[in-house]
Amino acid sequence: MATANDANKVRRGLLIKLIKEYRKGTLRETIDRIPYQMRPKNDESSRCCIYKDRAVLKYRLMAMLGIGVETETDESKPLSEYYDDAEKREKPDSDILSVLDVACSHCITSRYLVTNACRGCFARPCTFNCPKNAIKVIDGQARIDYNLCIDCGKCTQVCPFHAIIRVPVPCEEACPVNAIRRDEKTDRQYIDFEACTSCGKCMTACPFGAILERSQIIDILNAIKAGKDVVAMVAPAIVGQFAGSLGQIASALKKAGFAKMVEVALGAEMTTEHEVKDFIDRMNDDGTLMTTSCCPAYVETVKRHVPEMLPFVSGAKTPMQYTAETVKQETPNAITVFIGPCVAKRKEASEDNNTDYVMTFEELGAMFAAYEIDVAGEPAIKLEHDVKGYARGFATSCGVSAAILEEMKKLHPEMDIPELKGNFINGLDKKAVKQLKLYAQGKLPGNFLEVMACEGGCVGGPCAIGQVRLATQAVKKLAEEPPK
Amino acid sequence: MSKVHVKICVGTTCFVMGASELQDLEKFLPDDLKDKVEISGAACLGLCRDENYGEAPFVTVDGEPLSNATVNAIVDKIREKL
Repeated sequence: MATANDANKVRRGLLIKLIKEYRKGTLRETIDRIPYQMRPKNDESSRCCIYKDRAVLKYRLMAMLGIGVETETDESKPLSEYYDDAEKREKPDSDILSVLDVACSHCITSRYLVTNACRGCFARPCTFNCPKNAIKVIDGQARIDYNLCIDCGKCTQVCPFHAIIRVPVPCEEACPVNAIRRDEKTDRQYIDFEACTSCGKCMTACPFGAILERSQIIDILNAIKAGKDVVAMVAPAIVGQFAGSLGQIASALKKAGFAKMVEVALGAEMTTEHEVKDFIDRMNDDGTLMTTSCCPAYVETVKRHVPEMLPFVSGAKTPMQYTAETVKQETPNAITVFIGPCVAKRKEASEDNNTDYVMTFEELGAMFAAYEIDVAGEPAIKLEHDVKGYARGFATSCGVSAAILEEMKKLHPEMDIPELKGNFINGLDKKAVKQLKLYAQGKLPGNFLEVMACEGGCVGGPCAIGQVRLATQAVKKLAEEPPK
Repeated sequence: MSKVHVKICVGTTCFVMGASELQDLEKFLPDDLKDKVEISGAACLGLCRDENYGEAPFVTVDGEPLSNATVNAIVDKIREKL
Protein backbone atom coordinates (compact mmCIF):
# COMPACT_ATOMS: atom_id res chain seq x y z
CA MET A 1 0.00 0.00 0.00
CA ALA A 2 1.41 3.34 -0.99
CA THR A 3 0.63 6.13 1.42
CA ALA A 4 1.32 9.78 0.74
CA ASN A 5 4.96 10.56 1.33
CA ASP A 6 7.77 12.44 -0.32
CA ALA A 7 9.42 9.37 -1.83
CA ASN A 8 6.19 8.49 -3.67
CA LYS A 9 5.68 12.07 -4.81
CA VAL A 10 9.19 12.38 -6.20
CA ARG A 11 8.89 9.05 -8.00
CA ARG A 12 5.54 9.92 -9.52
CA GLY A 13 6.67 13.41 -10.50
CA LEU A 14 9.70 11.91 -12.20
CA LEU A 15 7.59 9.36 -14.07
CA ILE A 16 5.30 12.11 -15.35
CA LYS A 17 8.28 14.12 -16.60
CA LEU A 18 9.80 11.08 -18.31
CA ILE A 19 6.58 10.21 -20.12
CA LYS A 20 5.98 13.84 -21.14
CA GLU A 21 9.43 14.03 -22.72
CA TYR A 22 8.94 10.68 -24.44
CA ARG A 23 5.67 11.88 -25.87
CA LYS A 24 7.28 15.02 -27.25
CA GLY A 25 9.98 12.83 -28.77
CA THR A 26 12.66 14.66 -26.80
CA LEU A 27 13.43 12.15 -24.06
CA ARG A 28 16.81 11.13 -25.43
CA GLU A 29 18.07 14.73 -25.54
CA THR A 30 16.58 15.82 -22.24
CA ILE A 31 16.83 12.81 -19.96
CA ASP A 32 20.28 13.71 -18.63
CA ARG A 33 18.99 17.17 -17.70
CA ILE A 34 16.02 15.95 -15.66
CA PRO A 35 17.97 15.46 -12.39
CA TYR A 36 19.27 19.05 -12.73
CA GLN A 37 15.79 20.42 -13.44
CA MET A 38 14.39 18.66 -10.42
CA ARG A 39 17.25 19.76 -8.16
CA PRO A 40 18.53 23.07 -9.53
CA LYS A 41 21.43 24.98 -8.02
CA ASN A 42 20.64 26.60 -4.65
CA ASP A 43 17.55 24.41 -4.29
CA GLU A 44 16.82 22.68 -1.00
CA SER A 45 18.07 19.11 -0.86
CA SER A 46 16.23 16.08 0.51
CA ARG A 47 19.43 14.24 1.32
CA CYS A 48 22.83 15.63 2.31
CA CYS A 49 23.17 17.87 -0.75
CA ILE A 50 21.67 18.45 -4.18
CA TYR A 51 24.53 16.49 -5.78
CA LYS A 52 23.49 13.33 -4.00
CA ASP A 53 19.84 14.05 -4.80
CA ARG A 54 20.76 14.31 -8.47
CA ALA A 55 22.73 11.06 -8.35
CA VAL A 56 19.74 9.28 -6.82
CA LEU A 57 17.42 10.79 -9.44
CA LYS A 58 19.71 9.55 -12.18
CA TYR A 59 19.51 5.99 -10.88
CA ARG A 60 15.75 6.26 -10.47
CA LEU A 61 15.48 7.25 -14.12
CA MET A 62 17.70 4.31 -15.02
CA ALA A 63 15.26 1.95 -13.26
CA MET A 64 12.37 3.68 -15.02
CA LEU A 65 14.12 2.91 -18.29
CA GLY A 66 13.96 -0.70 -17.12
CA ILE A 67 17.65 -1.08 -16.38
CA GLY A 68 18.93 -2.66 -13.17
CA VAL A 69 21.13 -0.16 -11.33
CA GLU A 70 23.45 -2.94 -10.25
CA THR A 71 24.37 -3.59 -13.88
CA GLU A 72 26.23 -0.27 -14.02
CA THR A 73 29.86 -0.73 -14.96
CA ASP A 74 30.66 2.77 -16.15
CA GLU A 75 29.57 5.47 -13.73
CA SER A 76 29.93 8.20 -16.33
CA LYS A 77 27.61 6.52 -18.84
CA PRO A 78 24.85 9.07 -19.54
CA LEU A 79 21.17 8.25 -19.30
CA SER A 80 20.78 8.92 -23.02
CA GLU A 81 22.90 5.82 -23.69
CA TYR A 82 20.82 3.78 -21.27
CA TYR A 83 17.82 5.03 -23.19
CA ASP A 84 19.37 3.60 -26.36
CA ASP A 85 19.82 0.27 -24.57
CA ALA A 86 16.16 0.36 -23.52
CA GLU A 87 15.09 1.08 -27.10
CA LYS A 88 17.07 -1.90 -28.39
CA ARG A 89 15.99 -4.59 -25.94
CA GLU A 90 13.39 -7.09 -27.04
CA LYS A 91 12.30 -8.35 -23.64
CA PRO A 92 12.28 -6.71 -20.23
CA ASP A 93 14.47 -8.09 -17.43
CA SER A 94 13.11 -10.90 -15.29
CA ASP A 95 14.86 -9.66 -12.15
CA ILE A 96 12.63 -6.92 -10.92
CA LEU A 97 13.82 -5.21 -7.77
CA SER A 98 17.14 -3.53 -7.07
CA VAL A 99 18.70 -1.92 -4.04
CA LEU A 100 20.00 1.54 -4.84
CA ASP A 101 23.07 1.71 -2.68
CA VAL A 102 23.52 5.50 -3.00
CA ALA A 103 20.05 6.04 -1.59
CA CYS A 104 20.29 3.30 1.07
CA SER A 105 20.89 4.73 4.52
CA HIS A 106 22.61 1.53 5.73
CA CYS A 107 20.30 1.43 8.72
CA ILE A 108 21.92 0.25 11.94
CA THR A 109 21.64 -3.49 12.21
CA SER A 110 21.64 -3.58 16.00
CA ARG A 111 18.02 -3.55 16.84
CA TYR A 112 17.91 -2.18 20.38
CA LEU A 113 18.67 1.37 21.33
CA VAL A 114 18.73 3.20 24.67
CA THR A 115 16.99 6.53 24.17
CA ASN A 116 17.52 9.67 26.25
CA ALA A 117 14.42 8.77 28.22
CA CYS A 118 16.79 6.59 30.27
CA ARG A 119 17.18 8.09 33.74
CA GLY A 120 19.99 5.84 34.91
CA CYS A 121 17.73 4.54 37.67
CA PHE A 122 18.77 2.87 40.88
CA ALA A 123 17.14 -0.50 40.27
CA ARG A 124 18.67 -0.90 36.78
CA PRO A 125 16.60 -3.91 35.69
CA CYS A 126 18.15 -3.72 32.20
CA THR A 127 21.62 -4.58 33.47
CA PHE A 128 20.30 -7.40 35.66
CA ASN A 129 18.10 -9.00 33.06
CA CYS A 130 20.50 -8.86 30.16
CA PRO A 131 21.63 -12.46 29.63
CA LYS A 132 24.93 -11.34 28.09
CA ASN A 133 25.89 -8.56 30.46
CA ALA A 134 25.84 -6.23 27.51
CA ILE A 135 24.37 -3.22 29.34
CA LYS A 136 26.37 -0.95 31.62
CA VAL A 137 25.40 2.40 33.10
CA ILE A 138 27.96 5.02 32.16
CA ASP A 139 27.56 8.70 33.09
CA GLY A 140 24.03 8.07 34.33
CA GLN A 141 22.83 6.41 31.11
CA ALA A 142 22.48 2.77 30.17
CA ARG A 143 24.72 1.79 27.25
CA ILE A 144 24.48 -1.33 25.13
CA ASP A 145 27.72 -2.98 24.10
CA TYR A 146 26.78 -4.12 20.61
CA ASN A 147 29.61 -6.63 20.51
CA LEU A 148 27.84 -8.55 23.25
CA CYS A 149 24.15 -7.80 22.47
CA ILE A 150 22.26 -10.74 20.98
CA ASP A 151 19.09 -8.78 20.12
CA CYS A 152 16.96 -10.70 22.60
CA GLY A 153 14.95 -7.65 23.63
CA LYS A 154 14.72 -8.47 27.37
CA CYS A 155 15.89 -4.96 28.27
CA THR A 156 12.96 -3.35 26.44
CA GLN A 157 10.53 -5.47 28.41
CA VAL A 158 11.93 -4.61 31.83
CA CYS A 159 12.70 -0.87 31.53
CA PRO A 160 10.14 1.00 33.67
CA PHE A 161 10.50 4.10 31.46
CA HIS A 162 10.18 2.26 28.12
CA ALA A 163 13.46 3.99 27.40
CA ILE A 164 14.91 1.15 25.32
CA ILE A 165 13.34 0.76 21.92
CA ARG A 166 13.59 -1.65 19.07
CA VAL A 167 14.78 0.01 15.89
CA PRO A 168 14.05 -2.15 12.86
CA VAL A 169 15.71 -2.18 9.48
CA PRO A 170 12.47 -1.43 7.61
CA CYS A 171 13.16 -3.42 4.45
CA GLU A 172 14.31 -6.48 6.41
CA GLU A 173 11.35 -6.25 8.72
CA ALA A 174 8.91 -5.98 5.82
CA CYS A 175 10.34 -8.91 3.84
CA PRO A 176 8.30 -12.02 4.67
CA VAL A 177 11.06 -14.38 3.56
CA ASN A 178 14.32 -12.70 4.65
CA ALA A 179 15.42 -12.13 1.07
CA ILE A 180 16.87 -8.69 1.69
CA ARG A 181 19.99 -8.69 3.81
CA ARG A 182 23.24 -6.96 4.62
CA ASP A 183 26.35 -8.28 2.92
CA GLU A 184 28.81 -8.40 5.79
CA LYS A 185 31.85 -8.00 3.56
CA THR A 186 30.68 -4.89 1.72
CA ASP A 187 28.23 -3.68 4.39
CA ARG A 188 25.68 -3.22 1.66
CA GLN A 189 22.06 -4.22 1.53
CA TYR A 190 21.29 -6.74 -1.22
CA ILE A 191 18.41 -8.82 -2.50
CA ASP A 192 18.87 -12.56 -2.73
CA PHE A 193 16.97 -13.29 -5.93
CA GLU A 194 16.79 -17.03 -5.14
CA ALA A 195 14.70 -16.17 -2.09
CA CYS A 196 12.91 -13.03 -3.34
CA THR A 197 9.23 -13.45 -4.19
CA SER A 198 8.98 -9.98 -5.81
CA CYS A 199 6.18 -8.99 -3.45
CA GLY A 200 7.44 -5.41 -3.32
CA LYS A 201 7.00 -4.98 0.43
CA CYS A 202 10.59 -3.76 0.85
CA MET A 203 9.98 -1.07 -1.74
CA THR A 204 7.03 0.33 0.18
CA ALA A 205 8.77 -0.05 3.53
CA CYS A 206 12.06 1.74 2.77
CA PRO A 207 11.77 5.37 3.96
CA PHE A 208 14.75 6.32 1.81
CA GLY A 209 13.16 5.08 -1.39
CA ALA A 210 16.20 2.91 -1.95
CA ILE A 211 14.44 -0.09 -3.49
CA LEU A 212 13.68 0.35 -7.16
CA GLU A 213 11.64 -1.70 -9.55
CA ARG A 214 12.51 -1.95 -13.19
CA SER A 215 9.81 -0.37 -15.24
CA GLN A 216 8.63 -1.51 -18.67
CA ILE A 217 7.08 1.83 -19.50
CA ILE A 218 9.47 2.54 -22.39
CA ASP A 219 8.69 -0.83 -23.98
CA ILE A 220 4.97 -0.11 -23.69
CA LEU A 221 5.24 3.44 -25.04
CA ASN A 222 7.34 2.13 -27.93
CA ALA A 223 4.72 -0.47 -28.82
CA ILE A 224 1.99 2.19 -28.79
CA LYS A 225 4.11 4.55 -30.86
CA ALA A 226 4.78 1.81 -33.40
CA GLY A 227 1.01 1.60 -33.91
CA LYS A 228 0.66 -1.93 -32.54
CA ASP A 229 -2.60 -3.25 -31.08
CA VAL A 230 -1.72 -2.67 -27.47
CA VAL A 231 -4.43 -4.11 -25.24
CA ALA A 232 -4.78 -2.83 -21.67
CA MET A 233 -5.74 -5.71 -19.38
CA VAL A 234 -6.80 -3.95 -16.21
CA ALA A 235 -6.78 -5.74 -12.87
CA PRO A 236 -10.03 -5.70 -10.87
CA ALA A 237 -8.34 -3.37 -8.36
CA ILE A 238 -8.47 -0.55 -10.90
CA VAL A 239 -11.85 0.51 -9.55
CA GLY A 240 -11.10 3.11 -6.91
CA GLN A 241 -7.67 3.97 -8.35
CA PHE A 242 -9.03 6.90 -10.32
CA ALA A 243 -12.03 9.11 -9.75
CA GLY A 244 -14.19 7.79 -12.59
CA SER A 245 -16.09 4.72 -13.72
CA LEU A 246 -14.76 1.65 -15.57
CA GLY A 247 -16.28 3.00 -18.79
CA GLN A 248 -14.45 6.29 -18.30
CA ILE A 249 -11.18 4.49 -17.60
CA ALA A 250 -11.69 2.52 -20.83
CA SER A 251 -12.12 5.78 -22.69
CA ALA A 252 -9.04 7.34 -21.04
CA LEU A 253 -6.97 4.28 -22.03
CA LYS A 254 -8.05 4.62 -25.64
CA LYS A 255 -7.12 8.27 -25.60
CA ALA A 256 -3.69 7.30 -24.28
CA GLY A 257 -3.18 5.06 -27.31
CA PHE A 258 -4.28 1.62 -26.15
CA ALA A 259 -6.36 -0.29 -28.69
CA LYS A 260 -8.87 -1.27 -26.04
CA MET A 261 -9.41 -2.15 -22.42
CA VAL A 262 -10.19 -5.66 -21.25
CA GLU A 263 -11.06 -6.37 -17.64
CA VAL A 264 -8.92 -9.04 -16.02
CA ALA A 265 -12.12 -9.85 -14.11
CA LEU A 266 -12.97 -11.75 -17.29
CA GLY A 267 -10.11 -14.13 -16.47
CA ALA A 268 -11.13 -14.09 -12.82
CA GLU A 269 -14.41 -15.72 -13.87
CA MET A 270 -12.46 -18.52 -15.51
CA THR A 271 -10.14 -18.82 -12.50
CA THR A 272 -13.19 -19.15 -10.24
CA GLU A 273 -14.78 -21.83 -12.44
CA HIS A 274 -11.54 -23.82 -12.55
CA GLU A 275 -10.93 -23.45 -8.83
CA VAL A 276 -14.44 -24.67 -8.02
CA LYS A 277 -13.98 -27.72 -10.23
CA ASP A 278 -10.53 -28.32 -8.80
CA PHE A 279 -11.88 -28.03 -5.24
CA ILE A 280 -14.74 -30.45 -5.85
CA ASP A 281 -12.41 -32.98 -7.51
CA ARG A 282 -9.88 -32.76 -4.73
CA MET A 283 -12.43 -33.11 -1.93
CA ASN A 284 -14.14 -36.06 -3.65
CA ASP A 285 -10.70 -37.55 -4.01
CA ASP A 286 -9.86 -37.49 -0.27
CA GLY A 287 -8.13 -34.16 -0.56
CA THR A 288 -7.56 -32.24 2.62
CA LEU A 289 -6.83 -28.71 1.53
CA MET A 290 -6.79 -26.44 -1.48
CA THR A 291 -5.35 -22.95 -1.63
CA THR A 292 -5.88 -20.19 -4.17
CA SER A 293 -3.34 -19.64 -6.93
CA CYS A 294 -4.06 -16.11 -8.16
CA CYS A 295 -1.55 -14.16 -6.06
CA PRO A 296 1.89 -14.46 -7.70
CA ALA A 297 3.80 -13.37 -4.58
CA TYR A 298 2.07 -16.13 -2.64
CA VAL A 299 2.80 -18.78 -5.28
CA GLU A 300 6.46 -17.69 -5.41
CA THR A 301 6.58 -17.92 -1.60
CA VAL A 302 5.33 -21.49 -1.81
CA LYS A 303 7.78 -22.47 -4.56
CA ARG A 304 10.77 -20.97 -2.82
CA HIS A 305 10.03 -21.36 0.88
CA VAL A 306 7.14 -23.74 1.58
CA PRO A 307 7.46 -26.41 -1.15
CA GLU A 308 5.43 -28.85 0.95
CA MET A 309 2.43 -26.58 0.20
CA LEU A 310 2.81 -26.90 -3.58
CA PRO A 311 0.51 -29.94 -3.97
CA PHE A 312 -2.28 -27.98 -2.29
CA VAL A 313 -2.14 -24.94 -4.56
CA SER A 314 -4.96 -24.97 -7.09
CA GLY A 315 -4.00 -25.78 -10.65
CA ALA A 316 -6.19 -22.95 -11.95
CA LYS A 317 -4.34 -20.32 -13.92
CA THR A 318 -4.42 -16.75 -12.71
CA PRO A 319 -6.98 -14.22 -13.97
CA MET A 320 -4.17 -12.45 -15.83
CA GLN A 321 -3.16 -15.65 -17.66
CA TYR A 322 -6.71 -16.53 -18.74
CA THR A 323 -7.35 -12.97 -19.83
CA ALA A 324 -4.13 -12.77 -21.84
CA GLU A 325 -4.90 -16.14 -23.43
CA THR A 326 -8.35 -14.92 -24.47
CA VAL A 327 -6.99 -11.68 -25.91
CA LYS A 328 -4.29 -13.49 -27.90
CA GLN A 329 -6.85 -15.95 -29.25
CA GLU A 330 -9.10 -13.13 -30.39
CA THR A 331 -6.27 -10.92 -31.70
CA PRO A 332 -3.06 -12.88 -32.26
CA ASN A 333 -1.07 -9.74 -33.05
CA ALA A 334 -2.10 -7.94 -29.90
CA ILE A 335 0.50 -6.72 -27.45
CA THR A 336 -0.93 -7.51 -24.02
CA VAL A 337 -0.22 -5.21 -21.09
CA PHE A 338 -1.36 -6.19 -17.62
CA ILE A 339 -2.13 -3.07 -15.59
CA GLY A 340 -2.28 -3.56 -11.85
CA PRO A 341 -1.03 -2.63 -8.38
CA CYS A 342 1.44 -5.51 -8.25
CA VAL A 343 5.21 -5.93 -8.48
CA ALA A 344 5.12 -9.73 -8.49
CA LYS A 345 3.00 -9.77 -11.65
CA ARG A 346 6.14 -8.66 -13.51
CA LYS A 347 7.72 -11.93 -12.51
CA GLU A 348 4.62 -13.93 -13.40
CA ALA A 349 4.34 -12.18 -16.77
CA SER A 350 7.98 -12.89 -17.59
CA GLU A 351 7.05 -16.59 -17.43
CA ASP A 352 3.73 -16.27 -19.28
CA ASN A 353 3.94 -16.28 -23.07
CA ASN A 354 0.64 -14.48 -23.50
CA THR A 355 1.37 -11.46 -21.32
CA ASP A 356 3.87 -9.15 -22.96
CA TYR A 357 4.25 -6.33 -20.46
CA VAL A 358 3.21 -5.20 -17.02
CA MET A 359 2.37 -1.65 -16.06
CA THR A 360 1.56 -0.44 -12.56
CA PHE A 361 -1.35 1.78 -11.57
CA GLU A 362 1.20 4.35 -10.58
CA GLU A 363 2.69 4.30 -14.07
CA LEU A 364 -0.73 4.46 -15.69
CA GLY A 365 -1.64 7.42 -13.47
CA ALA A 366 1.61 9.13 -14.49
CA MET A 367 0.83 8.42 -18.14
CA PHE A 368 -2.64 9.97 -17.84
CA ALA A 369 -1.14 12.99 -16.07
CA ALA A 370 1.58 13.37 -18.72
CA TYR A 371 -1.00 13.14 -21.51
CA GLU A 372 -3.30 15.54 -19.61
CA ILE A 373 -6.11 13.00 -19.62
CA ASP A 374 -8.60 13.47 -16.81
CA VAL A 375 -10.43 10.19 -16.28
CA ALA A 376 -13.49 11.75 -14.68
CA GLY A 377 -13.80 14.13 -17.63
CA GLU A 378 -13.99 11.31 -20.18
CA PRO A 379 -17.26 10.00 -21.64
CA ALA A 380 -18.00 6.47 -20.43
CA ILE A 381 -17.80 3.92 -23.23
CA LYS A 382 -19.65 0.65 -23.25
CA LEU A 383 -17.53 -2.26 -22.04
CA GLU A 384 -16.94 -5.00 -24.56
CA HIS A 385 -17.36 -7.98 -22.23
CA ASP A 386 -19.98 -8.70 -19.62
CA VAL A 387 -18.32 -9.67 -16.41
CA LYS A 388 -19.88 -11.21 -13.32
CA GLY A 389 -19.83 -9.02 -10.22
CA TYR A 390 -17.98 -11.55 -8.07
CA ALA A 391 -15.08 -11.60 -10.51
CA ARG A 392 -14.64 -7.87 -9.99
CA GLY A 393 -14.44 -8.56 -6.26
CA PHE A 394 -11.16 -10.53 -6.63
CA ALA A 395 -9.14 -7.48 -5.65
CA THR A 396 -10.07 -7.42 -1.98
CA SER A 397 -9.21 -9.83 0.78
CA CYS A 398 -11.86 -12.60 0.93
CA GLY A 399 -13.01 -11.59 -2.56
CA VAL A 400 -11.79 -14.85 -4.09
CA SER A 401 -13.48 -16.89 -1.37
CA ALA A 402 -16.72 -14.99 -1.99
CA ALA A 403 -16.46 -15.69 -5.73
CA ILE A 404 -15.91 -19.41 -5.16
CA LEU A 405 -18.90 -19.67 -2.81
CA GLU A 406 -21.07 -17.81 -5.31
CA GLU A 407 -20.06 -20.09 -8.16
CA MET A 408 -20.67 -23.16 -5.99
CA LYS A 409 -24.16 -22.00 -5.14
CA LYS A 410 -24.92 -22.03 -8.83
CA LEU A 411 -23.96 -25.70 -9.18
CA HIS A 412 -26.03 -26.73 -6.19
CA PRO A 413 -28.37 -28.67 -5.89
CA GLU A 414 -27.85 -30.49 -9.22
CA MET A 415 -24.44 -31.53 -8.03
CA ASP A 416 -23.23 -32.88 -4.72
CA ILE A 417 -20.89 -30.19 -3.44
CA PRO A 418 -18.50 -30.81 -0.60
CA GLU A 419 -18.71 -28.27 2.19
CA LEU A 420 -16.18 -25.45 1.95
CA LYS A 421 -14.54 -24.65 5.25
CA GLY A 422 -12.72 -21.48 4.34
CA ASN A 423 -9.84 -19.62 5.91
CA PHE A 424 -7.80 -16.76 4.66
CA ILE A 425 -4.43 -15.08 5.03
CA ASN A 426 -4.78 -11.34 4.54
CA GLY A 427 -1.21 -10.16 3.97
CA LEU A 428 1.92 -12.30 3.98
CA ASP A 429 4.40 -11.51 6.72
CA LYS A 430 6.97 -13.64 8.52
CA LYS A 431 4.32 -15.06 10.85
CA ALA A 432 1.99 -15.94 7.99
CA VAL A 433 4.78 -17.85 6.24
CA LYS A 434 5.11 -19.98 9.38
CA GLN A 435 1.33 -20.44 9.33
CA LEU A 436 1.55 -21.70 5.74
CA LYS A 437 3.90 -24.44 6.91
CA LEU A 438 1.37 -25.51 9.51
CA TYR A 439 -1.42 -25.51 6.93
CA ALA A 440 0.69 -27.73 4.68
CA GLN A 441 1.16 -30.17 7.56
CA GLY A 442 -2.59 -30.28 8.14
CA LYS A 443 -2.24 -28.75 11.58
CA LEU A 444 -4.69 -25.92 11.00
CA PRO A 445 -8.41 -26.30 10.36
CA GLY A 446 -10.32 -25.78 7.11
CA ASN A 447 -10.15 -27.26 3.64
CA PHE A 448 -9.84 -24.05 1.65
CA LEU A 449 -7.33 -21.26 2.09
CA GLU A 450 -7.28 -17.93 0.32
CA VAL A 451 -3.90 -16.21 0.41
CA MET A 452 -3.22 -12.63 -0.56
CA ALA A 453 0.31 -11.31 -0.11
CA CYS A 454 -0.83 -7.74 0.34
CA GLU A 455 -2.89 -6.63 3.29
CA GLY A 456 -6.42 -5.87 2.15
CA GLY A 457 -5.84 -7.77 -1.11
CA CYS A 458 -4.69 -6.26 -4.41
CA VAL A 459 -6.17 -2.86 -3.50
CA GLY A 460 -3.37 -2.73 -0.90
CA GLY A 461 -0.71 -3.52 -3.51
CA PRO A 462 2.64 -1.71 -3.52
CA CYS A 463 1.93 0.21 -6.74
CA ALA A 464 -1.64 1.24 -6.02
CA ILE A 465 -2.50 4.93 -5.92
CA GLY A 466 -6.02 4.88 -4.50
CA GLN A 467 -6.55 5.17 -0.77
CA VAL A 468 -7.04 1.58 0.43
CA ARG A 469 -10.22 2.05 2.45
CA LEU A 470 -11.99 3.94 -0.30
CA ALA A 471 -10.67 1.63 -3.03
CA THR A 472 -11.97 -1.38 -1.08
CA GLN A 473 -15.40 0.23 -0.82
CA ALA A 474 -15.41 0.96 -4.55
CA VAL A 475 -14.45 -2.61 -5.51
CA LYS A 476 -17.03 -4.14 -3.17
CA LYS A 477 -19.75 -1.84 -4.41
CA LEU A 478 -19.13 -2.79 -8.02
CA ALA A 479 -18.88 -6.49 -7.14
CA GLU A 480 -22.33 -6.35 -5.55
CA GLU A 481 -23.94 -4.49 -8.43
CA PRO A 482 -26.55 -6.65 -10.15
CA PRO A 483 -25.52 -7.75 -13.66
CA LYS A 484 -26.88 -5.56 -16.44
CA MET B 1 -21.23 31.26 11.23
CA SER B 2 -20.52 30.27 7.68
CA LYS B 3 -18.21 27.36 7.09
CA VAL B 4 -14.88 27.31 5.31
CA HIS B 5 -15.21 25.40 2.04
CA VAL B 6 -12.40 23.06 1.10
CA LYS B 7 -12.51 21.56 -2.37
CA ILE B 8 -10.11 18.73 -3.09
CA CYS B 9 -9.32 18.31 -6.76
CA VAL B 10 -9.71 14.66 -7.73
CA GLY B 11 -8.64 15.16 -11.32
CA THR B 12 -6.24 12.44 -12.40
CA THR B 13 -3.02 14.44 -11.97
CA CYS B 14 -3.92 15.57 -8.46
CA PHE B 15 -5.14 12.09 -7.59
CA VAL B 16 -1.84 10.54 -8.66
CA MET B 17 0.20 13.18 -6.84
CA GLY B 18 -1.49 12.59 -3.49
CA ALA B 19 -5.11 13.77 -3.55
CA SER B 20 -6.26 10.17 -3.15
CA GLU B 21 -4.92 10.33 0.41
CA LEU B 22 -6.28 13.86 0.99
CA GLN B 23 -9.77 12.42 0.57
CA ASP B 24 -9.40 11.40 4.20
CA LEU B 25 -8.89 15.02 5.27
CA GLU B 26 -11.95 15.01 7.49
CA LYS B 27 -10.40 12.34 9.71
CA PHE B 28 -7.25 14.40 10.23
CA LEU B 29 -8.91 17.71 11.06
CA PRO B 30 -8.26 18.95 14.60
CA ASP B 31 -11.37 18.68 16.78
CA ASP B 32 -11.91 22.43 17.01
CA LEU B 33 -12.18 22.69 13.22
CA LYS B 34 -14.43 19.71 12.56
CA ASP B 35 -17.74 21.62 12.52
CA LYS B 36 -16.31 24.69 10.82
CA VAL B 37 -15.24 23.11 7.58
CA GLU B 38 -17.10 21.69 4.63
CA ILE B 39 -15.10 19.33 2.45
CA SER B 40 -16.00 18.24 -1.05
CA GLY B 41 -14.31 16.64 -4.01
CA ALA B 42 -13.97 18.68 -7.19
CA ALA B 43 -13.59 17.67 -10.80
CA CYS B 44 -10.26 18.70 -12.37
CA LEU B 45 -9.76 22.39 -11.54
CA GLY B 46 -7.37 22.73 -14.47
CA LEU B 47 -4.65 24.25 -12.28
CA CYS B 48 -2.17 21.49 -13.17
CA ARG B 49 -2.00 22.82 -16.73
CA ASP B 50 -1.05 26.31 -15.65
CA GLU B 51 2.57 26.62 -14.61
CA ASN B 52 1.84 29.74 -12.55
CA TYR B 53 0.12 27.67 -9.93
CA GLY B 54 2.86 25.34 -8.74
CA GLU B 55 2.53 21.59 -8.37
CA ALA B 56 -0.30 19.11 -7.83
CA PRO B 57 -2.17 18.17 -5.70
CA PHE B 58 -4.38 21.24 -5.62
CA VAL B 59 -7.18 22.19 -3.27
CA THR B 60 -9.08 25.40 -2.89
CA VAL B 61 -9.87 26.87 0.50
CA ASP B 62 -12.76 29.33 0.21
CA GLY B 63 -11.87 29.62 -3.46
CA GLU B 64 -8.18 30.30 -2.92
CA PRO B 65 -5.99 27.71 -4.69
CA LEU B 66 -3.34 25.91 -2.69
CA SER B 67 -0.65 23.95 -4.52
CA ASN B 68 1.39 21.03 -3.21
CA ALA B 69 -1.41 20.51 -0.74
CA THR B 70 -0.84 18.48 2.41
CA VAL B 71 -3.10 18.00 5.41
CA ASN B 72 -1.00 20.45 7.46
CA ALA B 73 -0.94 23.12 4.77
CA ILE B 74 -4.71 22.87 4.36
CA VAL B 75 -5.30 23.14 8.11
CA ASP B 76 -3.07 26.26 8.25
CA LYS B 77 -5.01 27.81 5.40
CA ILE B 78 -8.34 27.04 7.08
CA ARG B 79 -7.18 28.78 10.24
CA GLU B 80 -6.17 31.80 8.18
CA LYS B 81 -9.69 32.00 6.82
CA LEU B 82 -11.47 31.71 10.14
